[in-house]
Amino acid sequence: MTLSPAVQELILAAVKVAVIMGALLGVFSLMTWIERRVLAFMQFRLGPNRTGPFGILQPIADGIKLFFKEELMPAAANKWAFLAAPVVAVGTAFLAVAVMPYGPPFKLPLTESLPGFLARFWPEWLSGREFQFQIATIDVGLLFIFAITALGVYGVVLAGWAANNKFSLIGGLRSSAQMFSYEIALGLSFVTVIMLAGSFQIGDIVASQAARAGGWFLGWNAFVQLPAFLVYFAAATAEVARTPFDLPEGETELVAGFHTEYSSMRFALIQMAEYINMITVAVLATALFLGGWHSGIPGLPSEGLFGFVFWGAKVALLLFVFIWLRGTLPRFRYDQLMHFGWKVLIPVAAVWILITATGVALAGR
Amino acid sequence: MDQLLFYASAALAVVSALVVIGQKNPIYSAFALVVTLCSLAVIFGLLGSPFIAALQVIVYAGAIMVLFLFVLMLLNVKREEDAPGRGGRALAVIAVLLVALFVGQAGAVLSRLEPGAASGYDASTRRMAEILFSPHFLYVFEATSILILAALVGAIALAKKDF
Amino acid sequence: MDEPAFVQHAVLLSLVLFALGTLGVFLRRNVITVLMSIELMLNGANLAFVAFSRALGALDGQVLVFFVMVVAAAEASVGLAIVIALQRHKDTLDVDAFNVMKG
Repeated sequence: MTLSPAVQELILAAVKVAVIMGALLGVFSLMTWIERRVLAFMQFRLGPNRTGPFGILQPIADGIKLFFKEELMPAAANKWAFLAAPVVAVGTAFLAVAVMPYGPPFKLPLTESLPGFLARFWPEWLSGREFQFQIATIDVGLLFIFAITALGVYGVVLAGWAANNKFSLIGGLRSSAQMFSYEIALGLSFVTVIMLAGSFQIGDIVASQAARAGGWFLGWNAFVQLPAFLVYFAAATAEVARTPFDLPEGETELVAGFHTEYSSMRFALIQMAEYINMITVAVLATALFLGGWHSGIPGLPSEGLFGFVFWGAKVALLLFVFIWLRGTLPRFRYDQLMHFGWKVLIPVAAVWILITATGVALAGR
Repeated sequence: MDQLLFYASAALAVVSALVVIGQKNPIYSAFALVVTLCSLAVIFGLLGSPFIAALQVIVYAGAIMVLFLFVLMLLNVKREEDAPGRGGRALAVIAVLLVALFVGQAGAVLSRLEPGAASGYDASTRRMAEILFSPHFLYVFEATSILILAALVGAIALAKKDF
Repeated sequence: MDEPAFVQHAVLLSLVLFALGTLGVFLRRNVITVLMSIELMLNGANLAFVAFSRALGALDGQVLVFFVMVVAAAEASVGLAIVIALQRHKDTLDVDAFNVMKG
C-alpha cells in the first residue's frame, strides 16, 4: 500500500497533534499534583497523598469532582462573554503550542531494525524518515508565539468583565495592565537572541547556541545573554501571572480575581490554560536560552533519546523553579509591579540590546 | 483551501466591522474589533506577508486593543443613550454620500489595477528589514521613534491627575 | 495565492472596511467608539497597502504599513489619555459634549 506524499504529511501532522496535545494534558494534570506536593514540602506539610501511591491519582479525583460540580453563572453576568472566556483562554494557550519544538529532530527507526510483529505494521515510507515533534515550522516562528501570548490576555479580560463582579473586574483590569507592561520587556528580551542567531525560527536559534563555545554549555544564551535571560524569566513569570506576579488573582485581596465566579469544568478550563501557558513559557525558555535538546558537554551525545532526556530535564527544572518561586516569594504590591516592569526590566533589556548590537556590529556579522 | 480561508476571513472581518460600528455597548465593539483585526491578520498571511500578519496581531490586537479595553473598564463605560445620532439625518446623508463617492473612486482604481510581477514575491522578515533600515526610509524611521517618544510623554502628561 | 482575483478582492475588502470606519466616525456618539472606527479605517488602508504591494511585487507598501501601525499606536495612546482627561473633566464620553475649546 503506497500513500501519496500529501496524505503521508497529513497523517504525520495528525499524529504530532495528537501526541503533543495528549502529552501536554498529561503534564498539566501531573503538574497540578506536583505543584501541591512540592509546595507542601516547602511549607512542612504533606500535601495530597491519599489517592493512589504518593497521591499521584489526585488529578483524576479532582477531575471527576470538577465534572460533577454544579456550573454556576451569576444572574447579572453577560452570558455569551462568560461562556466564551474559558474557551478563548484555552484556545490561545493551545495555539502557541503549535510552533514550539518538542525535543530534537530524529530519524524514525528502519523497518529492518524493528521486531517482527511491529515491522509488519511499519509502512515503508516511515522507515528512516526525519521527524520532529513540532506541528508547524514557520518563517516568523518566534513572532507568532509572541503574537499569541499577546492574545492570551483576552481570556482573562473577558472573564473578569463578563462575570459582573467587582473582584473579577479589578482582576481583569489589573491583568490587562500587567500583561501590557511586561509584554514589552518580554519582546525586548527576545531581540538580542534573534540578533545573535540571525533568524526567527526556533530551530535555528537552538542550533546557533550549540555551535558556540565548542559545544560547551557556556555558549548557551542563558550564559552569553544572562541579562536577557533574567529579563525573559521575570517577564514570562508575569505574563503567565505566577507568583510573585499573580496580582490578577491575588486571593488575599480579590477572592480569586478574574475567575472568582467560575466553577466546575469552566474553572478547570481556566486552570488548564494557565498551566499550559506555564509549560509553553518553560519550553520556550529551554529552546531560546538553555540550548534546547543539546547536552552542553562536547562528549555527551544529544541525538535521539538523549536529546529528549536533556530537553525534558531542562523543561522540568524550569517548571520546578516556577513552583519554587511560588513557595518562596511574596506577592508584589501593584505599584511595585509597575515600577519593576517599567523602570527596571525595560531599561535593562534596552541597554542590553544596545550592548549586544554593538558587539554584533564590531564582530562584523 | 486558501480560497476558503480567504473568503471566510473576509466575511468575518466585514461582519465584525459591522458590529463595531453598530453596537451601543463599546465593550462589544472593542471585542468585535479584535475579531476584525485577527481575521485581517489571516488575510495578510494569505497575501504572503507573514511579518505584517504577526505585527498586526502583536501591535493591534495585543497592545492597542488591550489599551482600549483597559480604558473602557477603567471608566466603566455604559451603553450609549438612545438619543438620536449626532447631527441627525443630515450628517448621515453626508456620510453615505461620501462613502459612495469613495467606493466609486476606488472602483475606478481597481479596474486599472494590473496584477503584474507577483512571481518571486519575497516578503520575509529579512527582506522587510533590509528595506526598512535602508537609507531610503532612514529619516522616516527616526521620525517615528521621535513620534513615539512624544506620544509617550503626551499620554502621561494628559492622564496625570494633578500637576 | 497567485490568482489576481485575491488581490482585487482584498482591495475591495479594504474599501468596505474603510467605508464602515468612516460611517462609524460620523454616526457614533461615544468618543471611544469613534476612536475604534478610526482604527478600522487605518486597517482598511493597511490592507490596501499590503494588497497593492503584493500586486506590484514591491515591498514599500508593507514598510508603510509598519509606519501606519506606529502612528496608530501613538494615536491610540494619546487619544485615550485625552478621553480619560475629558471624562474626569466633564463626566461624559459623548462627543457632542466636548464642544468648547477652552477648559
